[in-house]
Amino acid sequence: MMEGINAKYVSQKISKTRWRPVSSSSLQQPDIFATGSWDNEDNKISIWSIGENGISGLDNEFEGDPQLVCEHKHNGDVLDLQFLDQDRIVTASSTGAVIIFRHHHNSQTLSVSQLWERAHHYPCDNAPCTGIVCNSPEIVTVGEDGRIILFRADQEGVLRTIENADSSTIHDVTFLRTTEILTVNSIGQLKIWDFRQQGNEPSQILSLTGDRVPLHCVDRHPNQQHIVATGGQDGMLCIWDVRQGNMPFSLMEAHSAEMWEVHFHPSNPDHLFSCSEDGSLLHWETSSNSDTPSFLQGGRNTSIVSRSAIAPAGGNQSLISSWLTGDSSKGRLETTHMLPSQTLSVNSLDVLGQCLVCGTDGEAIYVNRRVPI
Amino acid sequence: MEEVDVEPTTTPIPGFDSNQKHLGFVWGPGDILVYETIYKASGGSAGGCPFVHEVRKDEDIYSPILRKLFNESHHIFVGLQRIREDLPSKNKKPQFVSISKNYRSVIRACMEELQQVAGIPSLSTLKGFISMMSHLSLWCKQNFNIFCTLFVVCDPLAGSLVLHLLDWVRLHKADVDEKAREVLASESPAEHQAYWDVVISYVLQGRMDEARQVLVKQAALQPAARVMFKLLDNLLMKMPIFNPGETQTLTEFDVKWRHWREEVDHCLQDQSFASNRHLEDICKILVGDEDVLLEYKELLSTWYHFLVTRLLFSHPTVKPTELHYYAQSSMHMFLDTRSVPEPLDSILLAAFEFDIHQVIKDCSIALNNWWFVGHLTDLLDHCKLLQSHNLHFGSNLREFLLLEYASGLFTHHSLWQLAVDYFDHCPEFGRVYLELQIERVPLDTERKALKVIRICEQRQMTEQVRSICKIMAKKALRNNRLGSALSWSIRAKDAAFATLISERFLQDYCAKGTFSDLDLIDNLGPAMLLSDRLTFLGKYREFHRLYGEKRFSDAAKLLLSLMTAKIAPHSFWMTLLTDALPLLEQKEVIFSADQTHELMFCLEELTSGKSVPTPDRPMQVLGYTPPYPLSNVCFPFNLLIHCFIICSNLYSCLARG
Repeated sequence: MMEGINAKYVSQKISKTRWRPVSSSSLQQPDIFATGSWDNEDNKISIWSIGENGISGLDNEFEGDPQLVCEHKHNGDVLDLQFLDQDRIVTASSTGAVIIFRHHHNSQTLSVSQLWERAHHYPCDNAPCTGIVCNSPEIVTVGEDGRIILFRADQEGVLRTIENADSSTIHDVTFLRTTEILTVNSIGQLKIWDFRQQGNEPSQILSLTGDRVPLHCVDRHPNQQHIVATGGQDGMLCIWDVRQGNMPFSLMEAHSAEMWEVHFHPSNPDHLFSCSEDGSLLHWETSSNSDTPSFLQGGRNTSIVSRSAIAPAGGNQSLISSWLTGDSSKGRLETTHMLPSQTLSVNSLDVLGQCLVCGTDGEAIYVNRRVPI
Repeated sequence: MEEVDVEPTTTPIPGFDSNQKHLGFVWGPGDILVYETIYKASGGSAGGCPFVHEVRKDEDIYSPILRKLFNESHHIFVGLQRIREDLPSKNKKPQFVSISKNYRSVIRACMEELQQVAGIPSLSTLKGFISMMSHLSLWCKQNFNIFCTLFVVCDPLAGSLVLHLLDWVRLHKADVDEKAREVLASESPAEHQAYWDVVISYVLQGRMDEARQVLVKQAALQPAARVMFKLLDNLLMKMPIFNPGETQTLTEFDVKWRHWREEVDHCLQDQSFASNRHLEDICKILVGDEDVLLEYKELLSTWYHFLVTRLLFSHPTVKPTELHYYAQSSMHMFLDTRSVPEPLDSILLAAFEFDIHQVIKDCSIALNNWWFVGHLTDLLDHCKLLQSHNLHFGSNLREFLLLEYASGLFTHHSLWQLAVDYFDHCPEFGRVYLELQIERVPLDTERKALKVIRICEQRQMTEQVRSICKIMAKKALRNNRLGSALSWSIRAKDAAFATLISERFLQDYCAKGTFSDLDLIDNLGPAMLLSDRLTFLGKYREFHRLYGEKRFSDAAKLLLSLMTAKIAPHSFWMTLLTDALPLLEQKEVIFSADQTHELMFCLEELTSGKSVPTPDRPMQVLGYTPPYPLSNVCFPFNLLIHCFIICSNLYSCLARG
């Protein structure tokens, strides 16, 4: 697996990497991804291409490096980055700003199409915005200031702010369903918020009792809204069933330092990927119990396959996820290292189709176009 | 004081007249800050200059292309350090060779990119480019040195030395291939003006097959001279090249080579090529005719290329120990007698003499950062080629150079992370350096702070972890984020600061009558034990929760224990006692006789103090209204009396029944 992966050094520490969504009908592999940098004097968001404009199929044996398509200056560290749709990218800045960039395909340029300056803030200082989740046109952001803010891409104002949603830093956010989001914070809690309710209180709080290990990332199962995976400071992977109980369904030892991101494979959720400060990138595979091939479990009426998209309400919920039936002790769960040994943190990863991209503090981007899914 | 090796360079400060004003400066880790002092040289009425100038020694660190080099070489460096652990002793050599190859390929990629960039004529890049080129090409040379030294030490077959030298020269004169492509792609290659340059360049680099391929083009044009071309082609083809992989001994090779050379000599004496000047020159090159070689100075471009070509055709079995003799004479023959050898030349010469320390010293002077010497010295040290060379300052040479390099990286806005691994592999002072530097990394976001803390925790640098957490806690407190501040001080295990923040929480509670940040306080867990005040905060909140859940007897028990176990600060007792009132007035009996007694005892203890503290606003909290009006002035006192009356009534009831 490691042979198919090669490093591209890009002279900036990469904090985020994301594939541009592709339409699911065309069975296309993604060929464009975006990266954001951090800790530079001048930070950037950049668009890269791995296909040679449609002839990528011919040249399969000799895979080209990712080529820079265009870039744009970004004020502050890029702390999160999501594609809103094919043309628009939303970023979270360490200055507290939330920015929408537009990628003009004709001229291959990037421009700022919307900017919410100091969306996250302290009374007299900037508060970094730490996470974003999009469900076009809605955008939800969270920050070190403990706020949750709801925007609409087509409106200048803020739709809703939950002040003091958290007494500590909120690190990541995901949609559970269209009106419900889940946040993870720096004291190890998962909080579920329902936008239909007016108050500033979460509808549910889950946590590992007695344990205050900060959680850094969360991802929801693409088809089953009640299953989420989280990763935190101790590098443990937790799978939760938010419908039941205060305890995670399973706890798995994964990394030896902070887990920065965790992602279910969007179309084949028996596969999961995580990356960490310890410099490793893991591929988790759980064998499915159900007779239905896992690729039939997904909702087929979504037009855009992307992690941030919401599965339709009609998604088959009666199926039992293999993540909940699986028992790691019986060896049903396999993990594989995806990167050659290296020492610096892998800050971000994204997987779509058979393609995986990740970025590191070693200023390298790795692309693997043949992930065994 | 010791003699200086080179005169120090002068850096002019723009807009500063040294006749008029004085300068002051402060050392930074990789730069100095220069400012104008208020002292005046000559009573002039100079107002203070508002500028502080930053003077940097190393600009290369800011080049984006070089960042790739720094990152990739960091990766190789870490790999090299791991070899020592994995392998016992032998079998390391092939690994060192492959490490040295990795360094070389990284440099090569970097050079290629610099060459591409150089196509864009911008002044700043051009300047950087020139400085880089000189220092990168140097690198290659030195690496070659390591490479062949490594080989030669264990390889008695001296013949391979020339092969390595040829490899190295080819790397430096790669433009031949470019030119050859251009010539071959033209309409009639044989008539291209660069045609003969290409052929001869190939011969000079010992690339006979390529030379023959190009020669065929000319032969096809001149059918009359076919025999002559055939003859030269044959000579080129037959030239023996030593191959260390084969079983052939050096003597066998030598005999074969002499035989071939006689044949070439013979052709020359026969005047076989007299009718074609170019072919005759090639033939003379084959016998190592130095005058002819020097005629092609432009194609050779450097004296070391001349050296290698000369060795190839005159002394193919040269031994490493003889190398410096030929190097010196080649340099003198190649360079004009008038021109002074450049620093680069003397470094190379030292390399050919295998004077490693001289090479390192000269490079340190000539180059503007420590990347090159640091990595070179480290590699040599691992190969045990560096005699332990203890300095009268610091540790050994390897560590000194690595520390300098890493400190330079640490001054960079984002390359500081790389430096950590270099410090790790400096056994003597690395840790101290890291400890001092890591605390000074600016922390803009929590994520960055977490990364820095992780670095410290992995190295058991508890003091630094504590200090970074404290910085973050203070920052959170300044922004009125009590919850975050508390989390950070818990992580820092900083009891004093946790106490301070707990006080703030209690004050807030007293002012507002409600607790903020319940999600945090309710989930303190064992972290609560960090400081007494924090324990009290957690327990007091627990009391409120129990009360809210109407678990009155549990609540009462907890409340009492807060006072009897002296967990509650004295100033808070008044609040606690008033919190007991609604419990005392419940219909069912909640406090037992003993508990009531203890409660009275607490009350007495409080009233025996000199002043009765003011309770803040406890009553709304539990939704308690006193049964009779209390005037504001004597509020606390009345409250106490009220409390006392209830207690004593209750106690007497309980004691009786």
